[in-house]
Amino acid sequence: MSDKSFQPKILAFLCKWCSYAAADLAGVNRLSYPPNITAIKIPCTGKMNPEYIIQAFRQGADGVWISGCHPGTCHYTSGNLIARRRFAVFKNLLEYIGIEPQRVRLSWVGSSEAHRFQEIAQDIVDSITEIGPARKMVKNIIPQSYQGVRKI
Amino acid sequence: MTNHISTQIRQIARELLESKTVKCVIGYKKGTIPMREQICFARSPEQADELIWSGFCVLNQSKFLIGVEEPTAIVAQGCVTRNIIGLIRENRVKRENVHILGINSPGMLDHRKIAAKFPGREIKELWEHEDKIIASGKGFKETFPRKLFKRDNCYTCTHRNPVIYDQMIGEAGPETGGGNIDNTASPWEKKDYDQRWKIFTETFKDCIRCYACRDACPLCYCRECFVDSARPQWCGKTVEEADVHTFHILRAFHCAGRCTDCGACESACPVGIKMRRLTSKIEKDIRKMYGYSPGLKLDARLPLTEFSLNDPEGFIG
Ligand code: SF4
Ligand code: SF4
Repeated sequence: MSDKSFQPKILAFLCKWCSYAAADLAGVNRLSYPPNITAIKIPCTGKMNPEYIIQAFRQGADGVWISGCHPGTCHYTSGNLIARRRFAVFKNLLEYIGIEPQRVRLSWVGSSEAHRFQEIAQDIVDSITEIGPARKMVKNIIPQSYQGVRKI
Repeated sequence: MTNHISTQIRQIARELLESKTVKCVIGYKKGTIPMREQICFARSPEQADELIWSGFCVLNQSKFLIGVEEPTAIVAQGCVTRNIIGLIRENRVKRENVHILGINSPGMLDHRKIAAKFPGREIKELWEHEDKIIASGKGFKETFPRKLFKRDNCYTCTHRNPVIYDQMIGEAGPETGGGNIDNTASPWEKKDYDQRWKIFTETFKDCIRCYACRDACPLCYCRECFVDSARPQWCGKTVEEADVHTFHILRAFHCAGRCTDCGACESACPVGIKMRRLTSKIEKDIRKMYGYSPGLKLDARLPLTEFSLNDPEGFIG
């Protein structure tokens, strides 16, 4: 996509024990990261539901970022390890049907890693800006075939 | 072939019901139209005579064991026993309540493939004889080989013999269908993302959202399915693309690590959607990444409820 004005919408599901705190810390440290990211606090990546990802795409998000604690540091011992398996399989499935792998990202960011948070956020926004808007899963109230007619 | 096994099933069912060892025998009975066998619940010795065994026993009757409180016998081929193990493992079925009548599956037939051989003509009657099928209707009677008309999943089956059983009906036979299960997913894997999306859309475009696939599947036993949930509404009620896709992606994912590739979903679908395209990809990934195949051991933990410290995580970052 060469559309320079394209600003991706990215939903970030951040674990409240680590990545969400890292986002806070980035703010406190005045590290700027792209405003395209909307942070949503979740209790643990183990609580992250694949339905949320689909729901995000249906409503027009261009990318989804899930971030949790490094393996071994989960507040609930193993939530992130269960999530790792779940999203390995789910991400493969989405890739298999043709959703670009850049659109669903998983990362481990500890609560002190504000710089890492900033870097990954920038990288996600860059890579999604490059591939353009996600239109594959969007729920159209009006079917695509009629949309041309409406525009005149 | 078929007939003497049917006789044996009836005889065993009769004995079990007469001796009151079980309250009900779940098996198959003749459908109202050819090639569409139904599930049969034989509760008395007389009803046991309705039981049959043919190449169209494609539904997965293990679903009906969910919640049974009394001793029940079930006629079960390889994939069905695997689903029974899954249900026992998920605490939906008590092992002591089930009497499994194991049976080798010769590979079940696809009624759609057979009907496609006779366009514009209606098959009124059909017999199986050894490895031949004889179909007849108004003004025709034809014999053709059985092996060309099996269901897709039966070609790639890896467990045709029952994995557990209390009593065996007939002899054990060949264990595999001969095909390679990994190939179900590979045609899509070779394509680029936009082409994949195109064939994915193409594959599911005729879905009418009747949920027969969900209702046929022995894994789908939730009281409230995500598609029926109104708040939050995960999936709209229309047959618009996004809703159909949402339904199929999530249905397949909910079967992750549990689907035994029994093919009941495809057989039940009224429009012939090939949803195994999705489930077999997940099956393959789980087998390759975590070394797990569902429904083989009574004490195995489900792969997605478990973890190992060195699970692959190349995709993270
Ligand atoms: S998803 Fe289909 S193939 Fe898998 S267990 Fe359910 S009915 Fe059988
Ligand atoms: S059975 Fe077929 S038509 Fe019905 S919901 Fe499933 S895929 Fe769609």
